[in-house]
Amino acid sequence: MSVPRVVAAGDSALVVEFDAHVDPVINDRAISLSDAIRSAGIGGIRDVVPTYRSVAVYFDPLRTDYDALVKRVEREASTPSIQPGTARALLRIPVCYGGDFGPDLAGVAAFARLSEQEVVGLHGASTYRVFMLGFVPGFAYMGVVDSRIAMPRRATPRVRVPLGSVGIAGAQTGIYPAETPGGWQVIGRTPIKPFDPQRVEPFLLQAGDAVRFDAISREEFDQWPSA
Amino acid sequence: MAIRVIKPGMLTTIQDAGRWGFQARGVPVAGPMDSVSHRVANALVGNDPGAATLEITLLGPELEFESERVVAVAGAEFELALDGRPARVNAPFVVAAGSHLQFVARRRGTRAYLAVSGGVATPIVLGSRATHLVSAMGGCGGRALKAGDRLPLGDSAPGATSAHALAAPVVALPEGDATLRVLPGPQDDYFAADALDALQSAPYVVGPNSDRMGFRLEGPRLAHARGADIISDATPLGALQVPASGQPILLMADRQTTGGYPKIATVITADMATAGQLGPGDAISFVACTARDALAALIAQERALMALEADGGRVRL
Repeated sequence: MSVPRVVAAGDSALVVEFDAHVDPVINDRAISLSDAIRSAGIGGIRDVVPTYRSVAVYFDPLRTDYDALVKRVEREASTPSIQPGTARALLRIPVCYGGDFGPDLAGVAAFARLSEQEVVGLHGASTYRVFMLGFVPGFAYMGVVDSRIAMPRRATPRVRVPLGSVGIAGAQTGIYPAETPGGWQVIGRTPIKPFDPQRVEPFLLQAGDAVRFDAISREEFDQWPSA
Repeated sequence: MAIRVIKPGMLTTIQDAGRWGFQARGVPVAGPMDSVSHRVANALVGNDPGAATLEITLLGPELEFESERVVAVAGAEFELALDGRPARVNAPFVVAAGSHLQFVARRRGTRAYLAVSGGVATPIVLGSRATHLVSAMGGCGGRALKAGDRLPLGDSAPGATSAHALAAPVVALPEGDATLRVLPGPQDDYFAADALDALQSAPYVVGPNSDRMGFRLEGPRLAHARGADIISDATPLGALQVPASGQPILLMADRQTTGGYPKIATVITADMATAGQLGPGDAISFVACTARDALAALIAQERALMALEADGGRVRL
């Protein structure tokens, strides 16, 4: 694996770039580096943001010596992470597939030339990695979706996608944490809120998490405690 | 101990220094479009720099104060009327309980900041009172103010306020056009060799679909060299991201935390307050500078702000 590249992003942020691939090993390096920078207690840092294959470090330029920060970050980046990935347990997320909750399930089945049941089976058969969060608060980009059901985004995004909707966009899958416009192929809905600012832990997911989806019935959905 | 909103104005939101620390969870920073004028307004009434103010866009509100407070308006220049009598911008003034403050007409600039001694004290969400409109977070129910809203105020510090009006606004208000300095990158290598020159070759106009998330700019087309898609990465304030159209989008306060377009250059921090005073139809000339220039400009701006903040606390309410 090549040496990461540090580039300035304006005068208040820098970006550490690893190899330009969507790859769990590269993503692990980005997340480990992000954790290392966060816990290093470097003065002047405002925010650290891991993405698929990079880490952005936001800093106050009046309280930070840029060259020293770059050296420090390079040192952290060249230290191989002891424990790959985060040690969080596998998260199992209940999903009620199809019907009103999954208006695109039939379309994905047609795309895959499979039955709706087979699509649900394939979506639930993989363990997904949370590569990063973005788009709206609590939205996790998860992969990798089985190539047979990896249908691209809708040609025309929906104006409103309900909270909890579970969608597919190519090799990615995700849960809408709020009602927003969106173009993902919506195949089901979870009664669990990915983001709730009133909750002790507002965010369900963080980068590096492992996730599986379990099919539940409409009745189970309606009776789910957090619904 | 509150402000009642009689008329909300076009787009009035509650903003503080922004919601930092949660971008890894997809939470945008938000905060003021012109963070310098926000800080000036707070300094004039003796507040902490991070106290929440009202960001007022183009058409101002009418407000009723339930208790006596010191108030200041900085940023865009408005004619103000306090109970029908003129009041000055860029200077603190006392409003009595029951007073009405009206924003009458705007002369220059796009966004004004109204600070009230004690600050606006709406609930803190993830460490901040800043309103993020798209995710409906913070401020007053995550939305722009509406008539009838009642905004709680913090305890007013015992009479700390600047004695003086500003001799000149800290943020020079653009008159229809502005020059913004940029540093190349972080993805200037995704563009044709002449793209950075093209960026500086003629002014860009701020398009009609511009908002707190970003300014859609219309001007010289910037050619990509390696396609218009990158693996999504972080999107700093002031970054110029360029989709396939070749027309850049200047990322502003409410930008998403990540994006998939390459970013050719980033406006320096010291010039983002000026950017925040621009609106649709205004023109921007970009000029490249060095990291040293960027830091020098920021230090000069910080000195002016610190002098103003040190000046607080001279008169008592």
